[in-house]
Amino acid sequence: MALVSKNSTKPAFWSRQNISYQAYRLKHKPEIIIGVLCLAFLGFVVLVPLIQIIRDALTFQSYDLAYYPEGEVGAFTLFHLDRVFNQPISAALFYKPLMNSLKMGFTVTLIAIVVGSSLAWLMVRTNVHFKGIVGAMLVFPYMMPSWVMALAWLSLFKNDRIGGSEGVLTYLTGVQAPDWVAYGFFPIVITLALHYYAYTYLLISGALATVDSELEEAAATCGMGKWKRIWSITMPLLLPALGSAIVLTFIRILGTFGTPALLGLPVRFVTFSTQIYASINARNEGDAYVLALVLIVLAISFIWINSRIIGVRKSFVTMTGKGFRKRESDLGAWRWPATILVILFLCITVVLPLTLLLWESLTLIPGDYSLGNLTTYFWAGQGNVQLAYGEPGIIHNKGILGALTNSIKLGFAAALFNGALGLLVGYAVVRGRGAWLSKWLEGIAFAPYIFPSIALGAIYIGMFSTNIGPIPALYGTFTILILITVIKNLPFTSRTGIAAMLQIHKSLEETARVQGIGWFRRMFRIIVPLSMSGLVAGMLLTFITAMRELSLIILLISPGNMVLTGLIFGYQEQDMAQHSSAVTLMLVLIIITISVIVRVMSRKAGVGRLSVT
Amino acid sequence: MGQICLSGIVKSYGKEVVVKNLDLTVNPGEFLTILGPSGCGKTTTLRMIAGLEEPDEGDIKLGDRTVFSRNEGVILPPEMRGLGLIFQSYALWPHMNVAKNITLALKEQKLSKDEIEARLQNALELVQLTGYAQRYPSELSGGQQQRVAVARLIALRPSYLLMDEPLSNLDATLRTEMRASLKRLHRDLDATTVYVTHDQIEALTLSDRIIIMNEGRIMQEGTPYDIYHHPANLFVAEFIGDPGINLFEGHVVKGVLECADVKIPVPAALKDYEGKLVAACRPEKIQMSYKAKKGWQEVKTEILQPTGADTILEVKAGDTSITLLQSGFITLDEGTPLWINFDLDALSFFDPDTQNNLRVGKE
Repeated sequence: MALVSKNSTKPAFWSRQNISYQAYRLKHKPEIIIGVLCLAFLGFVVLVPLIQIIRDALTFQSYDLAYYPEGEVGAFTLFHLDRVFNQPISAALFYKPLMNSLKMGFTVTLIAIVVGSSLAWLMVRTNVHFKGIVGAMLVFPYMMPSWVMALAWLSLFKNDRIGGSEGVLTYLTGVQAPDWVAYGFFPIVITLALHYYAYTYLLISGALATVDSELEEAAATCGMGKWKRIWSITMPLLLPALGSAIVLTFIRILGTFGTPALLGLPVRFVTFSTQIYASINARNEGDAYVLALVLIVLAISFIWINSRIIGVRKSFVTMTGKGFRKRESDLGAWRWPATILVILFLCITVVLPLTLLLWESLTLIPGDYSLGNLTTYFWAGQGNVQLAYGEPGIIHNKGILGALTNSIKLGFAAALFNGALGLLVGYAVVRGRGAWLSKWLEGIAFAPYIFPSIALGAIYIGMFSTNIGPIPALYGTFTILILITVIKNLPFTSRTGIAAMLQIHKSLEETARVQGIGWFRRMFRIIVPLSMSGLVAGMLLTFITAMRELSLIILLISPGNMVLTGLIFGYQEQDMAQHSSAVTLMLVLIIITISVIVRVMSRKAGVGRLSVT
Repeated sequence: MGQICLSGIVKSYGKEVVVKNLDLTVNPGEFLTILGPSGCGKTTTLRMIAGLEEPDEGDIKLGDRTVFSRNEGVILPPEMRGLGLIFQSYALWPHMNVAKNITLALKEQKLSKDEIEARLQNALELVQLTGYAQRYPSELSGGQQQRVAVARLIALRPSYLLMDEPLSNLDATLRTEMRASLKRLHRDLDATTVYVTHDQIEALTLSDRIIIMNEGRIMQEGTPYDIYHHPANLFVAEFIGDPGINLFEGHVVKGVLECADVKIPVPAALKDYEGKLVAACRPEKIQMSYKAKKGWQEVKTEILQPTGADTILEVKAGDTSITLLQSGFITLDEGTPLWINFDLDALSFFDPDTQNNLRVGKE
């Protein structure tokens, strides 16, 4: 055994020798290289825009000169803050939208939580009938744009206020629905709640399924009554999921644009999201940035309150599509009534709106819902100047088909990039566990969670309206839609990526390393195939979100990068109900078809072999 | 085939130093086992040789190639070291069949198709898995999975072989069989081998040489025979041997070590030893008689554990427990008197302060 003396000193940190050693060392630590690259990229697309709108909100912009001619562009100013918070105009610009948004947020969240958790309890813990099909149908709203209900509501209750045709109610009874039923707070709350219950349902049923019924049985043997058991055992265990369901729903509602625009604007019911949209359209970007920042502060304080109440470690539960069964309690005589209630609920939230949209899309003259008025014109018509400004039906409409292509391209591109980014983030986070890089990366990948959709859109307008160094101005391009969709979905896909990587034992990669297999081959032959099933689920989620998203991209679309959701909004603004209904229906059908195909394919490909990891 | 040489290796995780200035040489073609309790730094040492962990200080050489040197600024990634490593979990890729598992690394080396096929067949033959090429790992038993891991290395033909507790996931009967197959792997590849385990039987049966580690330091290195018969210190004495070695601590009084009621002869060199002394004797080296003999000590039978071929006896001399190991299947009633005797040649003596073997007696 050789005895080497230990008096050799380490080379100094800045010596050439040490620098080349460190460089060589890093070159062979792919997790660090990837981590740094991801961190830089995410820092650029998440933090830089945020800093930029803070800066823009606090400095004079060229468009401010109309109000404030003596201002110097780029100089520090409280002008925007003053306008938003402290001027006569502030009431309309800030305080009313704030109150409306908060009122709307709280009410919808409350209803969604009550409805979602009741359904979750019925589906997971009781013996209602038809669980398979009903359970699948209950998450249908998740695959639809959030404003489908709003469109359906309009077909049903539209009155003569905004002119144009009237809804089914008026057609059948001759009665005009009062304004408060047709537009404003009431219908917005109802339609949003009937959409967002799907999120709370998914989150809470997932959590409920993991609460071991044995814990409740143990409590029962201690002599606790049923309600006492729910209160002191089940509820505390569900609290983290409940908390994140509340926060998630609330933030989403703050950022939602479609429904408040469709149902609120006709009666001047303005929310934060519609006000941001209006400010941007009026070229008052400064106002929009301040509003977006307030929205972000609201979201952050909500997350903070939630984590204070529930505890930081447990406060986030990610959404998975999984549902599993647990011990069911017998509903007895209530079994059929409960089943019928759930089916009735499904009819209202899924069947009725889609039927209404179908019917609407088949009416020749808007507002006439008789059988004799049915036509396939809006699906297959060639274009007729007397109808809907000569806009042809779907299958002959270049604009629609182009937007459809764009939507599908956006869905696939976003899913692909998101999957890749999620995997790389997961790889860098899991392989680098323990280092600061890993923690930072995990944190920043989660940051987009705190940006309400419309606020993120506003941020991106600010960021990419001019070129940044070598990156050209992205406003109005397709790239920016992909970018924002990828970023908005990153919190979920990076969680999927981390979870998938955690399941791959690191020895599977190490053994390949030792055998001389390089990084790319390790990635493509080992890591990617093994994490595929989790990744596909995450990518499918991104695809669905990308296809049905409006709030996120409404500020960024233009004729050059039009997608279906934007097109539908445009048709609706022009009161072309048949077109908007037909296109919406087509969109929903495409989303459902593609998700079914992906699920079937991945189930076929992924059976059996992957059981040992 | 070449030498593996580690010198001055230091490794810490945060504040905890897990390997403390380790010097270690594995001779070409040698089968060296690093043996130690969990957390002693043995797996870390192995992973540093493989390149999966990075030492804080020191040098590692494979043959005449420096693969790591903190001072010279050299660090070679694992994929460039040309090693073979068997993991505790076998690390078979679950989504590839046996053939793909074996040939993936060969394809990376850009070998010809015929060569790859020939190596695959040869490897499968050597581990007796011919015909299993299309199976997936989940369709194989634990022993077969392990053999695939072995075949993967046979096909790769590394000149250095590292094994990280490859037998610990197998049940007892398979272990004996797999020990033989690992030994064959070593012989067939003629590779310089480092084997890490906490199981002394594996270490004693497989190795040319054993290194015993504790708390990041080498406690002793030597042949299995040496380690067993001449433990360098109390740690090694207690760690090796099952049932464990008997230790008697006391003072030398009138040329005899007195440990409570047990009296142990000491060699001439220790007749005048002052201070505390620990005598150690392996259970099978203590002589036993059913009848009283002159000069032998009487003890009482406490507990018997017959294992079939042998019997472990726990006896008491006064309040002191002594473990004996006798061949044969012995049945005795509790309290039966027995007589024991210590052979001077079978005793080792340690200084309880330094823990070291005083190396007197038969050496």
